[in-house]
Order: sequence, then C-alpha cells, then structure tokens
Amino acid sequence: MKEIFGSPRSMSDAAVPYCPGCGHGIALRLIGEVIDELGIFERVVGVAPVGCAVRCWRLFRFDMMHAAHGRPPAVATGLKRALPNNIIFTYQGDGDSAAIGLAELMHAALRCEKFSVFMINNAIYGATGGQMAPTTLVGQYSTSYPSGRDPSHVGYPIKMAELVASISRNSYVSRVALNNPRNVLAARRAVMKAFRTQESRLGFSFVEMLSPCPTGWNMPPLESLDWIETRMIPEYPLGEYAVPQGLE
Amino acid sequence: MNTVTERVLLTGNEACGEAAIRAQCRFFYAYPITPQNELLEHMARRLPEVGGVFLQSESELAGINMVYGTAAAGRRVMTASSSCGIALMQEGMSYLAASQLPCVTVNITRAGPGLGRIPPAQSDYRQATRGGGNGDYRVIVLAPGSVQEMADFTLDAFDLADKYRTPVMILTDGMLGQMMEPVVLPDPVDPEKIPEKPWAVAGARGRERNLILASPYSDEELISLNDELSRKYQLIEAAEQRWESILLDDAEIVVVAFGSSFRIAIDAVEHARDKGLRVGMIRPITLWPFPREAFRGLAGGVHSYLVVEMNEGQMVEDVLLSRSGDAPVSHFGHGGGWKPSPGSIFRQIVELSRGRLAT
Amino acid sequence: MEILIDRERCKGCEYCSSLCPKKILHISQDLNRKGYHYAIVGDVDDCSGCRFCALMCPDVAIKIKAVNQGE
Repeated sequence: MKEIFGSPRSMSDAAVPYCPGCGHGIALRLIGEVIDELGIFERVVGVAPVGCAVRCWRLFRFDMMHAAHGRPPAVATGLKRALPNNIIFTYQGDGDSAAIGLAELMHAALRCEKFSVFMINNAIYGATGGQMAPTTLVGQYSTSYPSGRDPSHVGYPIKMAELVASISRNSYVSRVALNNPRNVLAARRAVMKAFRTQESRLGFSFVEMLSPCPTGWNMPPLESLDWIETRMIPEYPLGEYAVPQGLE
Repeated sequence: MNTVTERVLLTGNEACGEAAIRAQCRFFYAYPITPQNELLEHMARRLPEVGGVFLQSESELAGINMVYGTAAAGRRVMTASSSCGIALMQEGMSYLAASQLPCVTVNITRAGPGLGRIPPAQSDYRQATRGGGNGDYRVIVLAPGSVQEMADFTLDAFDLADKYRTPVMILTDGMLGQMMEPVVLPDPVDPEKIPEKPWAVAGARGRERNLILASPYSDEELISLNDELSRKYQLIEAAEQRWESILLDDAEIVVVAFGSSFRIAIDAVEHARDKGLRVGMIRPITLWPFPREAFRGLAGGVHSYLVVEMNEGQMVEDVLLSRSGDAPVSHFGHGGGWKPSPGSIFRQIVELSRGRLAT
Repeated sequence: MEILIDRERCKGCEYCSSLCPKKILHISQDLNRKGYHYAIVGDVDDCSGCRFCALMCPDVAIKIKAVNQGE
C-alpha cells in the first residue's frame, strides 16, 4: 500500500486549532503541500498575522515569525531584502490585509516585492467574534452592523485581487475558493504559481482565497460552502487577474 | 570617505550614518522627516556603494516593521525618524522588545507635541525611556552630546543591541543632527567580530526551525517572557549605566543636562566656576538605564540640583528618583523649540547660589 | 484503497461525507474526546480514489493509501 494522500512533511503533528469547517486548515495544508512539492522547505520563512491565523506557526516545521496586525508585508520586505534567496510568504486575513494593513500591502505590491501573500477572505472578523470586515457583503450581518452592511453608511466591499493586479507590474494575482474539491485543486495550483513567481524572481505574488467561516457566519459548515458559491463568488469572481511574463 | 584615521568635518546626521556603515549595518529603512533627512539621504547614497539595501518606506510604521523583518533575519539594521514619526514606531518598539530583536533606531528630536515644528527639542525623553508602546519593556537609550559622539555612540548602539538582543535608541536632536564638527570616524568593525544570531529566521537548513514570536502560545509562557525580560533589564541596569561627571568633588550646585542642553550648560558651569561658584555637572549618557550611580555619595555637599532640558520637565523626574539626600531639584526649560543660552543658565545658577530660586 | 480518518482530529464538519461521490463516508453516532461526531469509513471497496475527502478536510485528518498497480 502506498500513501497517496497524507499530511505534508512541512507540516507538524499539531492539531489544527480552528473551528469545524474553517478554511484555514485547508489553505495552510495547501501551502504545506506545495512547499513539499517544490522542495523549498529549508529556504522558507513564513510570516503569521493577527487574527485566527496568529497561531498558524504551530502547524509548520519551517522558520516562522509573527508580525503586528497588518504589518506582514512590511516585515516580509525586511526579510526578503535581507534574505533574497529565501522563499518568504505572508498569511493574512481580510482585516490584516484589507483594513489595518492595506497600506503596507499596497506598497509591497507597488514595489514589486518578491514575496508571496496569501489572503484568507472570509468576509468577517472571525477571531474577535464576527465584526464587519472590509470584504463583508452588502446586507451581510456582522456584530458591528447588526442591521447588515449598509453601503450608504460604510461603503462597499473591497476587491483585493483586482486592486493588487492593477498596481503591481509583472505580478501573479489570483482569486480562488476553498468550497469544493475542484476549487481547492485550483487554489493549490495558484499557490504553486505564486511560489514559482517568487522563485523565478519575476515579481509580487498574491492569492486571495474565499474561505468558509461557519462560526463567524452563524451557520453549519456545509451551509458555509454553499454561501461561498451563491453569495461570495458572484461578488468576488474567481480567476487569475495577473500572470507575470516569463512564468512557465 | 577614508578608512584612515583622520579628522573630517561632518554634520551629526552624516557622522551617525557613516558610523552605521562602519558598524557593518547594511540595511536602512526610513521615511523622510525634518530634521532627519540628511541622515536618510546619506544612507541612500552610501548603502548601494557598499552592497547594502536602502529602502524609503511608505511610512514610519512600515519602516519600523521592515526593521523588524531584517532584525529577525539576523542582520544589523537601522531606522531613523523624528518625534512624531517615532510616535508611529511605538508599536514596533514593543514588538521588537517582546521578540528580543536587536536594532538601532535614531530619534532626531524636533519640537512637539503633535506635528509641532522643526526646531530641536528634548521633549521625547519620556517617549524614549518610558516607551509609548504597550507592556513591560525597556529600550536602551543613548544621548550623544557632540558630532563625535553621534559617530561613536552609533557603534556602541549596534554592539549593545546585539549583546542584549534588544532595541537601542539614539536620542538626539536637530541641533546635533545638523551642526558640523570635526570627527574622527571609527574604524570599520570586523564582520567576524559581530555576534552570531543562531536564533534568526533565515531558513531551517540543517537545524531545528526557529520561531520569532510576538505572542507566546500560553499565558504561562507570556508571564515567563516578562520575567525573562525583567532579568535582562536588571543586568543592563547593573552593567551599562554611563554618564560624565564634571567638577563634582566640591560641588554645592549640580547641573544635570544631556545632549544639546549639556553643550550649552557646560559653558555656564565653567563661567560660574570662574566666578567662584562651586558648581558641577552630571551629564547622563545612557538615559535608560538612567545613571543613578552618578548621584551616589553626593548628598553631603550638594544643596541644589538644576536640571536643564529643552522640554517642560521630563528628565527632572529621574533626577528626583536618583538623588541621594533631599536637596531640592529645580527644572529650567521649555518645550516647543526653546533653546537656553549659557547666560540664562548662568543666571539660574546664581539664583540658586543665593538661595532665591523657588523649587 | 484504504481511507484512514484520525478520529481525534476530526471535528465532524461533514465536508468529507457530503462531498464523497460514492457516499462511503458517514458521521458516527459516537463522540470523540473533544465531543465531536467523527467521520467514519463505510464500504471502502467502493472508493474510486478521487481524494475529495482528503482535499476538503480542514483538519488534515484523512490519509489515503492505495494498492499499487503491480501489487
């Protein structure tokens, strides 16, 4: 018998510390799988954010560090400029990347920094109990706006993949979803392309992943997969928004 | 620039920048702000020449976080700003201290509060020594008093940062930053002599992986970290206090001043001595750890302390905490960009000697 | 094929059982130590090796082993 699917070597044995059905477990495993496949374990340094992913470092066996909320792209800049031959990635939620850290992310993208940003978009602030995120949908309930997001009061959801693609030359920018096996396989391919963009020193790489948050959305896990399909994907179309020249 | 020992005329900002290069600092991230700009521009010009990295960060907030990343990678790194820009870095200082990362930060103080204006000031003493970041932490603070010291203390700053795995701040001001004096630049540091950083996150090749955390996994671990940091700070307090004592043996009045205030006050002290007044001076060089040792054994003859600082009264609190005996402590200074003249300080000394100053 | 589900890692999210095209994964009536109804494997002979279960598992709780062609 040969193992054809197992835990990636670059992942530790630690239990996944997230809610039932949380997309973090899938996304982090994909990153671990791709690091295994590319054979880059010894060169990787990951930057963990604030949010539920603050403890994601427990799930990996390679060098990892924290950054302050929103600051991973600045911290990753400091890492990559000091370690140009290493593979640097950040792993950030929607608050980290699109609210408090929007400026740091935009400028890293503008500078075409050669690291990879994985953004988990679950349209809510999970760790703090379900407040509105910049990516919360119009009409969606959150504890900060219990009547639902009202655009006349707080504007419209932010489209990060589109934004990054529009300002970062020769970058790899993709939006994927984690709500069914076909989409998860596409997400894995996007993670692969992001790391290969970095390896080939082509430019910035950014993958936005639509991810289920059953607890934050007040629904059972299976329903959250449907919610991504019927509500999130129409608002956040999947696809590659930028592919760098020279990426095989 | 030559590496041969010779005297060159430089501004404080340039001396600091060039010394950083000689300390083998090869990474500098900063945002322009008067009166720091010349230091940023010096690094922008010199770092590419020595194969280093200069990046103008999009903000001071981004800058200190770039420092955090390069420090975590185990490399010598520096940033510089002024007052309101340093305010934006306070989160970063707490994180650097919590993660026990070495780095050098330079505050070329300007007048505040708020945006303030660009004249020099010393009103960031509390910000530097008490910290605007959250939690129990300390930062070593060095206060140069000359362009020569802007160079020398920069080397010291990198050494102290590496020795104790802690952020170090050079607290200076626009006067020292922009004035020109002859400097003997320090010899370049031998890269082999720079301490290894086995804890750095630089890729887990042939070793267990490293972690640089800003938040431990458990409450117990965080309490342990706090205790560990306190023990480190106690070691630093015991070993690294620095000051200059001037004419203290028979002093009845002791002037306490740092940085630019020291440069002006020393004239007043010398003039007072010429007039037969028994005045001495303590010049703190480390503002944290504050040189309490300097005040030991002074109780007997001293009847007044005069703290001269370009602010509304900040270091005076540390002098009150440090003096032995109960001689009154006066503060002479204003915030907002005020500068004392030697004459005005001399008049304060005279009033004290006549017992006329309210304390 | 062999599908190994780590009972103690499973949180009963039902992604694997609902997405399995052959409906061979189910949710147990029993609870694991954390109080979740964990996923169990029914008739593994029907498994087509699509790996949907392992792909979707957020807890890295599923390992799949296959008999090699030559065995």
